[in-house]
Amino acid sequence: MDIQLTEEQRQVRDLCREFADRELRPSARKWDEEHRFPREAVKQLGEMGLLGVAVPAEWGGAGMDNVAYALAMEEISRGCAGTGVIMSVQNSLYCDPVLKYGTDAQKQELLVPYAKGEKLGAFALTEPMSGSDAAEMRTVATRRGGDYVLDGSKNYITNGPQADTILVFAMTDREKRHRGISAFLVPTDAKGFTRGKPDDKVGIRASGSCTVFFEGCAIPERLRLGGEGDGFKIAMGTLDGGRIGIGAQALGIARAALEEATAYAKDRKAFGQVISQFQAIQFMLADMATELEAARLLVHRAAALKDQGVRHSAESAMAKLFASEMSERVTSKAIQIHGGLGYMKECDAERHWRDSRITQIYEGTSEIQRLVISAALLKG
Amino acid sequence: MTFEPDDLQRAVEETARRFARERVAPVAARNDRERRFPADLVRGLGELGLLTVNVPATYGGSEAGPVAYALAVMEIARADCALAVTMSVTNMVAEIIARHGSEEARRRHLPRLASGEWLAGAFGLSEPHSGSDAGALRTRAERRADRWVLTGEKQWITSGDVAGAIVVWARTDPSAGARGITAFVVEGGSPGLTVGRHEEKMGIRASTTVSLALDGVEVSDAARLGEVNGGFKIALGALDGGRIGIASQAAGTLRAALDLSLAYARERTAFGVPIASHQAIAFMLADLATDADAARLLALQAASLKAAGRPFGRQAAMAKLWASEAAQRGVTRAVQIHGGYGYTDAFPAERLFRDARVQTIYEGTSEIQRLVIARDLLAGDPS
Repeated sequence: MDIQLTEEQRQVRDLCREFADRELRPSARKWDEEHRFPREAVKQLGEMGLLGVAVPAEWGGAGMDNVAYALAMEEISRGCAGTGVIMSVQNSLYCDPVLKYGTDAQKQELLVPYAKGEKLGAFALTEPMSGSDAAEMRTVATRRGGDYVLDGSKNYITNGPQADTILVFAMTDREKRHRGISAFLVPTDAKGFTRGKPDDKVGIRASGSCTVFFEGCAIPERLRLGGEGDGFKIAMGTLDGGRIGIGAQALGIARAALEEATAYAKDRKAFGQVISQFQAIQFMLADMATELEAARLLVHRAAALKDQGVRHSAESAMAKLFASEMSERVTSKAIQIHGGLGYMKECDAERHWRDSRITQIYEGTSEIQRLVISAALLKG
Repeated sequence: MTFEPDDLQRAVEETARRFARERVAPVAARNDRERRFPADLVRGLGELGLLTVNVPATYGGSEAGPVAYALAVMEIARADCALAVTMSVTNMVAEIIARHGSEEARRRHLPRLASGEWLAGAFGLSEPHSGSDAGALRTRAERRADRWVLTGEKQWITSGDVAGAIVVWARTDPSAGARGITAFVVEGGSPGLTVGRHEEKMGIRASTTVSLALDGVEVSDAARLGEVNGGFKIALGALDGGRIGIASQAAGTLRAALDLSLAYARERTAFGVPIASHQAIAFMLADLATDADAARLLALQAASLKAAGRPFGRQAAMAKLWASEAAQRGVTRAVQIHGGYGYTDAFPAERLFRDARVQTIYEGTSEIQRLVIARDLLAGDPS
């Protein structure tokens, strides 16, 4: 057993850390305040191969492993959580399923430019009436000649406002319930496709999300991903990998909070000494660091299993569950360590806490993660 | 990066698992009830090389490394926490002697610790007045020609009554605090060494805990471990490794809590279905399993770093802190899942609950672990 990083993994981590310090941290607060998509930074991520980290080079990606991806996600998210989720959706929820299920023609057209970072993708499963209960979706795709006609809407779609292609899940045969769902790669310039205005969110405000509408939106069969009825399987398999990305995002958010709280504690004086001398503060820091470490190991284990091609649903669910809940506890303690300043927008602690909250909800709520884990337990 | 044990480690893990399942588990409840130290099982562990896992083969050790050791402790702890702590302390003491002992001390004690001829090794640091504040210990060691004479009292000594080799920390410089302490290995039954009180504990009752009185116990200079006045560092270094042992014990406890709870929840019905079908119970199982995996990974990370010769103190403290505290949550959940049956000896859940409680206390309380972690964090780079 060997938990050491390879040289390549170390290099990716260091490269991303340096990029985050230089290009993300200085602007993250402003992007949050202005609810602004960090176009220039995302472009640079693309140029660095970070929008297709684990996509093989032959399909435009950086050709690295999933542990490297998790490390990159943690570093980028530490710089800006919103930028982190933009990257995560692109990598895990768009590039990964296209890589896994796409035909060569689909990969050429709809994976290569995305892995290279020239275009942006998104993943549309959630609807106003169906989040956790994904199989209850209402969006339909009706066959008409050589096309599928999409009708319905999807909401809270990350990268929705900026995406060039969206992976959309729709019902092709309601009788078959979840086996009647299919997946489609929908270009956002398609006729019948419209977008709502961006959602106003508590956190990850550099990332844009919106509702998308399909009204008689005709998509040729060649843009269906996988076979008819494969959609649910594609969605669930994709979300397994997405959990690694979000778990890593939570690590980055928590680490930013821990580092800043530690620095503050070494500087701030009270009762005649720096507050890092008080055991209560020391113990908070110790607990924060310990939980972060445990979360990182869970995330890396899931990533390592994915690299080995081994089924990892329960492990990735544990990683996402634990890391996201950890990030709320850690960011909350970080605010506490800052005292009153922790509540002010001039300090980043409050933004980390707001950013962390969503990690327990999207890409499978903590409740869904617990169902996945307990189902695996009770089966075996 | 891999999270899987290699072939040797897996073999050690499997050996320990088989022994735990076939020999340890069937008698664990009885040994707890009767407060019986299972000498036969200790010898069984010896035969399998599990008492000196990380000690060189020249002295009879298994030389299988810290990761194999951690895995072995997890498997034994899964069946019986008490035997796991006996095993863990013996391993820790053997490593101290292997690392710091004279050739004579190594040859005298290590093969006997390995085989189980010495039923245990004991770690004599704590005293009535000094637990966490180990540097304030009072037991004295006075030089007399080429011998040392030890006088004082030790408390909470695991296996102190049955140990063939007891590492004793004593003060050699009264004015130098922690820097005036030297370590010695004292043979069990030495003249002047008396076993005092046998403590009545809430749990781990098949493990013995005693106080020791040293009244002019004489040892040769060959029994000194490491440098004069260098003993405290030896203790701290040993405890780093000991933390991996206790973290592994806690990980084993969590796994046991999960195994028990899964089995019970699948069998027991309520409102027409097995209780595992109720989300509240399913969620408890999910949290138990997640905590069990996290504890295991933290313990293995520390072991892995130790195996690679890299600094591992912070990670060992984190593993011990986190795993032992998670174990508290886990055993409470296990009792809860068992309902009323969790409160009686009809099921092992209550023994697990009693056994686990000490894990946040011995070999460095959670508070001490936090100090270690915080100090390390504040000295350097938290990433």
